[in-house]
Amino acid sequence: MVKDQEFLKSKASYCLDLAKEMGATDASVTVGHSVSETVNFRNKSLEASDRSDGLALSIETYLGKRRSSISSSNLLDENIKTLIEKCFETTKITPEDEFNSLPDKNLLAKQISNLNLYDETRFENDKKIKYLKDLEESASTDNQIINTESSFTENKSNFILANSDGFCDGYKTSSFAASCVTVAKDENSMERDYEFSSKRHLSDIKQAIDLGNKAAKQTIRKLSPKKIGSQKISIIFDKRISKGMLSAFASAISASAIARGTSFLKDKIDQQVFANSINVIDKPDIIKGMGSQNFDSEGVNSNTLQLIENGILKNYLVDTYNGKKLNLKSNGRSGGTTNLYFEKGNISYKDLIKKNSRSLYITETIGHGSNLVTGDYSVGATGFLVEDGEFKYPVNEITIAGNFKDMFKNIILANDLEFEYSVNSPTMMIEGMTVAGK
Amino acid sequence: MSNFFNKSDLTRQDADKIVSETLNNCDDGELYLEESKSESILLDDNKIKSSNYSSDLGFGFRAISNDVVAYSYSNEISKDSLKNSSENLKSTLKSIKGTYNHEIPKSNKKFYKDINPIEQKTLDSKLEVLNKVNDFLRKKDGSVKQVTASFAGEQKSIEIIRSGGEALTDVRPLIRFNVSVMLEKNGRKETGVYGIGGRQSYDDYLKNDNWKNVCEEAFRIASVNLESKPAPAGEMKVVLGPGWPAILIHEAIGHGLEGDFNRKKTSAFHDLMGEKVASEGVTIVDDGTIDNRRGSLTIDDEGTPTERTVLIENGILKNFMQDRHNARLMNTRSTGSGRRENYRHVVLPRMRNTMMLSGNQTQDEMIKSVDKGIFAVSFGGGQVDITSGKFVFNCTEAYEINNGKIGFPIKGATLIGDGPSILKEVSMVGNDMMLDPGIGTCGKAGQGVPVGVAQPSILIDKMTVGGTKL
Repeated sequence: MVKDQEFLKSKASYCLDLAKEMGATDASVTVGHSVSETVNFRNKSLEASDRSDGLALSIETYLGKRRSSISSSNLLDENIKTLIEKCFETTKITPEDEFNSLPDKNLLAKQISNLNLYDETRFENDKKIKYLKDLEESASTDNQIINTESSFTENKSNFILANSDGFCDGYKTSSFAASCVTVAKDENSMERDYEFSSKRHLSDIKQAIDLGNKAAKQTIRKLSPKKIGSQKISIIFDKRISKGMLSAFASAISASAIARGTSFLKDKIDQQVFANSINVIDKPDIIKGMGSQNFDSEGVNSNTLQLIENGILKNYLVDTYNGKKLNLKSNGRSGGTTNLYFEKGNISYKDLIKKNSRSLYITETIGHGSNLVTGDYSVGATGFLVEDGEFKYPVNEITIAGNFKDMFKNIILANDLEFEYSVNSPTMMIEGMTVAGK
Repeated sequence: MSNFFNKSDLTRQDADKIVSETLNNCDDGELYLEESKSESILLDDNKIKSSNYSSDLGFGFRAISNDVVAYSYSNEISKDSLKNSSENLKSTLKSIKGTYNHEIPKSNKKFYKDINPIEQKTLDSKLEVLNKVNDFLRKKDGSVKQVTASFAGEQKSIEIIRSGGEALTDVRPLIRFNVSVMLEKNGRKETGVYGIGGRQSYDDYLKNDNWKNVCEEAFRIASVNLESKPAPAGEMKVVLGPGWPAILIHEAIGHGLEGDFNRKKTSAFHDLMGEKVASEGVTIVDDGTIDNRRGSLTIDDEGTPTERTVLIENGILKNFMQDRHNARLMNTRSTGSGRRENYRHVVLPRMRNTMMLSGNQTQDEMIKSVDKGIFAVSFGGGQVDITSGKFVFNCTEAYEINNGKIGFPIKGATLIGDGPSILKEVSMVGNDMMLDPGIGTCGKAGQGVPVGVAQPSILIDKMTVGGTKL
């Protein structure tokens, strides 16, 4: 079982006391414990089981404006003592940095609301096996499916964050995740696709049969792909890709990228960066939300932030250190966004895909082709050619390219937003991007 | 060398007993003990931004019967904890019986020294180098707007205990030094990144003020990119420079030749053994035995000594890379390619230093032969879809080629190709094979491991360049 609050608190206060004793002017510590069990299936039989049980400790010590940190998985008191000594020795010779400090006391979270992030249900391995059997049965009904791999992971975690200003809090979270990868083959090609479901509560996980069916269906439709010619074409991003666009945006507005001057969105506050119709929100207090939190990784209270309002950039994601550099208060985003989403658009999915007589529907991208300094974007892609709202044939071995600055201003969103993950987007269309193919 | 048995109530005898008793009726498996110490020191934005030290200790216990793998790890090395893991493994494998294979090859060769690079250079002198880097670059040119420099060092000690009490050990040092610089000129910003590293001490890489060369190279790449124009879009000829661009080989061919994907028949290469998969003159090896290289290992994470495995010989597919588990199921032997990120992860067949060997043409000949194409010198990173065989990588320094001459630098573009057919498009192999500078990390199934690559210049007759210019 996952360690309780009392155990973690006692370790945390042991660390803080020791750091103070050695002469640290400030200190902060995070202690966490996480237990996971995974069962893997392949072609309808058990392939692997995996149990992990891990403690983790990280400590920052301050001497005035000097700071350094250590982390360890070994929580024996003797080891902790050696590490804190080492940490504090390092702190002494690390140069001062005027922006180093614990978060402002008055920004720290005062009360913890119950966001229902923990489900204590135990889903025994035998039950995981039953779930995966059903899943793979449903994924294998078509004889073009030649391989199925699936897994079910159950995780329970607990943590305490404490600092020498008296903050000391934490809470348990749980997650359950099922995934299925299928491979299909025909005389021309072999293709892979997947489907997964990840939730805080067991009862919210998708039905095994639905997950298997969907993975298989998504794989089979990719068989016998064609390569298309290089051209300008309107591109429709499936939800699982459009949410990646939001993640790139979030990285570009982190206070760290802004303070370092390495973001194409630097100095763009109160300016138009998206199309007029676009609103982007980061909401930390969604009940059972995959990205929900009561406070950020420094203990700072996090409230809902409107990042983009009618296309205009309203906020960066600010932590204490970079906030001080930029003369901004932390908005509780040390560690990044929480539950990030585009507000839904006005057009239905159906109308979006037939908006142009010809468009390319992208279901997967590969490569690390986002340059957040320049905004240049170029990735490998797989998808479907769509004509008059109908999927004509699968397409692969192409790339799509553009620049985020132009792409963001040309986004059209469908009205099919759902809250499945910690980052969520409706289906998205961007006109005027370049496809490179034959 | 770490002594894993003076830290708690667990003695070596206890461990041997629990391991043997657990694995008695299994086909394979082992107890893997690991202690790692690592540091990272980062200078950014004119300041020492962070200095972190980390120590990690734990075990991973694995039991395999038939094709089922049971795994359990903990970072508490104690009798209770090991017994719990043992129970967990037994409950997964309760209905499957196997016969333990005690055989494991032996070798006395070592490919790096038992050192702890963190302790071999004082923190003060590391800070001094980072500050010198910052001053050097900022003084060098007014266009320098941001400098990031970092040290990362690690010492990992492992011990593998097999059923019957056989124990195998290794101590692995690893360092990396990295510089990133951002330039701004006429409203344009571009970044250049360069790094060096391997399994020696920091000073082996930094002697003779070598940090200056790293700075110059990062600066040069950023300067080239400040002048870059939009990249072309479409199929064309591509000349790859020597060294690091071999991540093309890693992505296009390497992953598809890992044993697990071929046993499961999910790799585009699974039915091509013995067949021609590359042009004549193309030979590719995966070598874990080059002294002090980032991808080298004395023994792999199952205890098998590493080797130089020929994957493709003169165009013909010869071998897959194997760990013990996949080798047993495919009736072959391990190639010493069983690796894991750390004790939290199961072993998978992975690459070490993947290299295309030299041919006899020159880079000049290649460029002269191209009417319209690109010359790619450096890459950011790549990715592959094993099943469809499609792979990409991102150029960080590339030029247009027009009528046999190198032209303007082009903006970062993704190149995409088809793994099983790309090597058949190789029409010239250079005589200038070069190893990469020691910076690669390969990701697979959520696990990152250090790897190396090498290749000579090559000419590829047809690849799709993902630019914006039609």
